[in-house]
Amino acid sequence: MKLDNIYKEEKKSTYAKLSEIIITMASKPSGLIGLTILVFHIILAFISPYIAPHDFKAIDPTLMLQAPSAEYWFGTDDLGRDVFTRTILGGRTALTITFFGSLIALLWGGLLGIFCGLVGGKIDDVVMRIVDAFLSIPWILAMLLIVSLLGTSTEVLIPALGFFYGKGIVRVARAATHDVIAKDFIVSARARGHSNFAIIWNEIIPNVRDAILVEGAMRWSWMLLGFSSLSFLGFGVSPPTPDWGLMISNARGLMSFAYWAVIAPIVGLSSLIIGINLTADAFAKALGIDRSTKAPV
Amino acid sequence: MLFLIIKRILLGFITLFIVSIITFVGTEILPGDACTTYLERQAFGEQLEACYRRLGLNVPAYERYVSWALNAIQGDFGYSLSGEMPIKEVLGPRIKNSLVLASAAIFIGIPIALILGIITALWRDKLPDVAISTVTIFAMTIPEFISATLLILIIAIWLEWLPGIVIVPTDVSFLELLPNIILPVVAIAMIMTAHMARMVRSSVIQVMASEYVQMAILKGVPYWKMVFKHVLPNALLPAINVVALTIAWLLGGVVVTEVVFNYPGLGRLVIESISNRDLPTVQALAIILASIYVSINLLADLLTLMLNPRLKTLQIRK
Repeated sequence: MKLDNIYKEEKKSTYAKLSEIIITMASKPSGLIGLTILVFHIILAFISPYIAPHDFKAIDPTLMLQAPSAEYWFGTDDLGRDVFTRTILGGRTALTITFFGSLIALLWGGLLGIFCGLVGGKIDDVVMRIVDAFLSIPWILAMLLIVSLLGTSTEVLIPALGFFYGKGIVRVARAATHDVIAKDFIVSARARGHSNFAIIWNEIIPNVRDAILVEGAMRWSWMLLGFSSLSFLGFGVSPPTPDWGLMISNARGLMSFAYWAVIAPIVGLSSLIIGINLTADAFAKALGIDRSTKAPV
Repeated sequence: MLFLIIKRILLGFITLFIVSIITFVGTEILPGDACTTYLERQAFGEQLEACYRRLGLNVPAYERYVSWALNAIQGDFGYSLSGEMPIKEVLGPRIKNSLVLASAAIFIGIPIALILGIITALWRDKLPDVAISTVTIFAMTIPEFISATLLILIIAIWLEWLPGIVIVPTDVSFLELLPNIILPVVAIAMIMTAHMARMVRSSVIQVMASEYVQMAILKGVPYWKMVFKHVLPNALLPAINVVALTIAWLLGGVVVTEVVFNYPGLGRLVIESISNRDLPTVQALAIILASIYVSINLLADLLTLMLNPRLKTLQIRK
């Protein structure tokens, strides 16, 4: 009975902590703007298939490159498709792929980093050298190679992005683990005879979680940038799918007379990236983590 | 001190060695080899055999790796599959073109970044800081291809001031080339400057809050004398490393910018060789780009080491 109470109290305090963090984030203008944009995009991603006024893949040669009108709010593209429909659906693709990609990056990067930090010694040295080597290969080269050889399906893109954006998290998780590992509670856990696994789960993860989550949030915006760059270069999702990077690269050639087809996806993508960025910054500040001096690697 | 420098250089070489293994194994374990990916559907019988013989793919992988690595150290990366010429010759002009672009961006970017960073730090949370910081956040978060596309749309198409894509061959005289590369240089410099300005800002803010600066203020040192004598030297030192990382990170972004402006540098070669499935060239590019990354970082580390007296004594005591 007593144990039950403690458990409930802890659960309640996590909720309290979460709402406290969100309130702190929203108390500054930049955080409030970021959160508003992000929430708007997430809601739009959920409801866009139901509110889209036209079919995103309906090609109509008679409607080619029409200027914005009451029927086609953002005009039409070179195949006569509705730009508004494709723009609001584009957020779905980008958010889904990068969200799950970041999740994978967080999981493998975080766990490997904690493991290396805890074990140390030879294994740590070898793993960190390999991580360094991966960091020094430009991400775009590696991503392009994988995608061009394995194909551009979502099942390839999500793990590939997750893998390549996770290697930076390894370092952060490792450094955070080094910070807590010398503390007394780890020493006493060892003295109690707990296994490495129990120490990681009960002692280290709760203490490094904040640092890793902040890093993951930041990676999310970089991954979105990377993913849309891939799409822009023609190595992202395949054509009929509404995707911002793809829409911009398609409409770019014709932008001297049909600028609306390129402006709409630009606004969509830029606002989402800025939204995630501001939110991640505010999140870091709310948790008291300073990452302003970190390089974007 | 010397020991530390040697150790740092050795680490760089080890990293490059692992990179070479990764690229080699990577191209090895992914489905298809250089010949089947390049020849695609014609990959059978006599043609495939000939290709294997020509690239020496009929010997075991580790032997190929050793001979490839030995040649690569001497600057010989073998033959490009699509161009049918030595990769060394393909790379030469591309490296030169990319260097022109990158160095122009760095020469413009670093001074502007320093000035903006210092201004935003000294007027922290006042109007100049809020205005400049807002612009830098936009410049650094928006993808390269978007800022490049917007530059073309506004400057080249609407205002018709400069050509939007690079159409001249790059061996023309500098004055002829200049109007063609202004837009790509601005596109790259913009992002780089934004990143660096933000780092300089936080570095200066940190130093301004330190005890010796507080002491100098209390002692009555004139404000600007204090800024130039006590704050800047200490604030810019940690920025060197971060600036190096930013430059190296831009290697990826330059690929996209070069494609947007149709500029024949290393970045476009990455896209071309991957679209042509020219694996030998891709391997060479991976090694070269990784070497650039490693040497920029190495240089930054050594520079920090040499400029920082505290680090020197610390290492000797050890």
